[in-house]
Amino acid sequence: MSTFPIAVTRRRRRSVRHTLDVRVSPYAYVAPFFLLFCAFGLFPLVYTAWVSLHEWTLLSETQEFIGLDNFSTLLADGYFWNATFNTLSIGVLSTVPQLALAIWLAHLLNRRLRFQTFFRVALLLPNVTSVVAVVVIFSQLFGRDFGMINWMLSWFGAGNIDWAAGTATSHIALSVMIMWRWTGYNALIFLAAMQAVPRDLYEAARLDGASSFTQLRKITIPMIRPTIIFVVIVSTIGAMQIIAEPMLFGQSTGSGGGIASGGPDRQFQTLALFVYEQGFASGSFDFGYASAASWLMFVAVVIVAGINFLITRRVKGGLI
Amino acid sequence: MTPRIRRLGLPLLTASLLALATACGGGGGGETAAQSSAKPGEKIKLTIGLFGDFGFKPLYEEYKKTHPNIEIVENVTQFNDHHSNLVKRLATNAGAGDIEAVEVGYISTFTAQPGRFTDLKQFGLDQRQADYLDWKWQQGMSKDGSQVLGLGTDVGGLAMCYRKDLFKKAGLPEKRDEVSALWPTWEDYIATGKKFAGADVDGAKFTDSPGELFRAMVNQAATGLYDTQDNIIVESNPEVKKAWDLSNQLTQEGLTAKLAAFSPPWNTGFAKGSFATIICPAWMTGFIQEQAKDASGKWDIATVPGGSGNSGGSHLMVPKQSKHPKEAAELINFLTSKENQAKVFKEEGTFPSIPALYEDPSIQNFTKPFFGDAPIGKIYSDAAKSLKPQHLGPKEGDVRVAIGNGLGRVEQGKQTPDEAWAQVLEDVKKIK
Repeated sequence: MSTFPIAVTRRRRRSVRHTLDVRVSPYAYVAPFFLLFCAFGLFPLVYTAWVSLHEWTLLSETQEFIGLDNFSTLLADGYFWNATFNTLSIGVLSTVPQLALAIWLAHLLNRRLRFQTFFRVALLLPNVTSVVAVVVIFSQLFGRDFGMINWMLSWFGAGNIDWAAGTATSHIALSVMIMWRWTGYNALIFLAAMQAVPRDLYEAARLDGASSFTQLRKITIPMIRPTIIFVVIVSTIGAMQIIAEPMLFGQSTGSGGGIASGGPDRQFQTLALFVYEQGFASGSFDFGYASAASWLMFVAVVIVAGINFLITRRVKGGLI
Repeated sequence: MTPRIRRLGLPLLTASLLALATACGGGGGGETAAQSSAKPGEKIKLTIGLFGDFGFKPLYEEYKKTHPNIEIVENVTQFNDHHSNLVKRLATNAGAGDIEAVEVGYISTFTAQPGRFTDLKQFGLDQRQADYLDWKWQQGMSKDGSQVLGLGTDVGGLAMCYRKDLFKKAGLPEKRDEVSALWPTWEDYIATGKKFAGADVDGAKFTDSPGELFRAMVNQAATGLYDTQDNIIVESNPEVKKAWDLSNQLTQEGLTAKLAAFSPPWNTGFAKGSFATIICPAWMTGFIQEQAKDASGKWDIATVPGGSGNSGGSHLMVPKQSKHPKEAAELINFLTSKENQAKVFKEEGTFPSIPALYEDPSIQNFTKPFFGDAPIGKIYSDAAKSLKPQHLGPKEGDVRVAIGNGLGRVEQGKQTPDEAWAQVLEDVKKIK
């Protein structure tokens, strides 16, 4: 009786350790991500919500709880809605042509080519370049007086467009910059998906006399639908968060206005830039108001991404 | 996880935690040591945060000769970034330099927070008061007047720079006295502009954009955007409305090149000769010289319409978080000394804030070949002597952005001046 329990405890201890190992250690393996996510994702999200309920500026020593006042002011703030409109407009103008172009590029590359790797790497290059460099160069291209685009337009009698001044023209200019950076990246993702499409489908289609475009429309796009949904969602989220492009565009085109105004008429101030203006660029450093705007922006991103998900899910529910 | 890894893992973890703890402890120790100021012979690194080139670099070298233990690191950032970063760094109590430059448009924002800066009086710098223009000195004091928070570097007395070659093409006089005689008032300046536009000089407009001109006009008035009680008086001050109307008149007569100041296309405009006149506070001369390198001898300097005024100029301050406030104060004393302000003026064009220099022959007789040997020493001495100080409020920067946006909307043809003004007033009301 005195020796027996020891062996049992030892065995039991070992089996406890074994269950712990099997049951608990997987969580330990994924823990680093979730710890980081809590620190840099969840905590800021919750804390921002807390801040948004206060009259909270960087410089004040005390923070007064004001409930939903920031939100009601925000919903009545014309500049907030202006920024929302600009964000959606730039988002649509950049994302739709970008995805169409990306699918087309991927389709072109999805065949046997010489220098295949070269083309694929080349696609990714714009994405690797720094956004500052891209915006500075494109701002020069879109320059009013000495810009190359106006110069080329002048051959056709057009030109002398003040790109940064107009609402539509500035949105186009910004969309071009965004497309330049992200089209190739998305094309590569599409290309990866396309290569998983069985070749015999194309062979059969070719035998039936389908053109390259019909193959793209009837086979490729339905087959890569999950990827399209993924890319659409990710691009939408990205488009809703655009800040660096309009901010640098405003500074480097000389269109005037404060650093985060997005032009003197706020013609290209996006939501993220609006948040930055309220929280960091104006002398009041109104964190409470900026936090409220961030939260509404978060809600807007979720809604828009959700709508996109519903729409793209319905698109051509074909082969899968 | 096998037991062996586990056995290895725990000591490793403990070891790294220990290392981390000692690292933190070490940092803390260093901090306390530094607070008790420097031991003799110890190397001290002073960081100095500036916007743009202040022309201090030769002075650092000179200073190091007499202070071999001091190492000076200069951080230059853009104007807007510099000031908003400084606010953030003060609020979070980390990251500010030992010395920070603050432009006059922001000085009252910072002197309103005396607790975040070192009172330079404790290092004897209050003795410098006698050297300075009185209003420049007052700007660097805390609001209650009990603390010395910043020492002035330069003042931006106003003048008007113009391109002789473009004036000649337009059939206007070229000599600076005759040009000055063209525009005693801003209305005359606009009339001259119309003549210039009438001559249709290829590719050139009369001036760059209304923004800086507006600032100059407001600065010439007795009161500007704020009254002395720190209330924003944009709506009630007739001088502001007058400056607004004149600025928009420039736009509507088509006299501006629509180039916002300090933007890259504006820089290109210098090189291409896109505008014939530009408002020229003393510090602008250094800027023109840098941007329009090929235009040596083409620029000249006339008096400003509408009487004297100040635009720009800076102070140097020591944030409380500096670990070497004594050494920083000594360096400020050196950089702002009478001799060194004179040196910086001759190199960079930023004009001294020490009135004794205005009568000094070396300043009075100083000319610059780039500006056709214009007597810039005399021009800016005269401008600085007749300056009337203006009270600046805590949110000058924000108010100016709101008005600048309004001028921009008129310039881009988005709104009539009246619509833009209404929106400016709305925007200004929101500034807390």
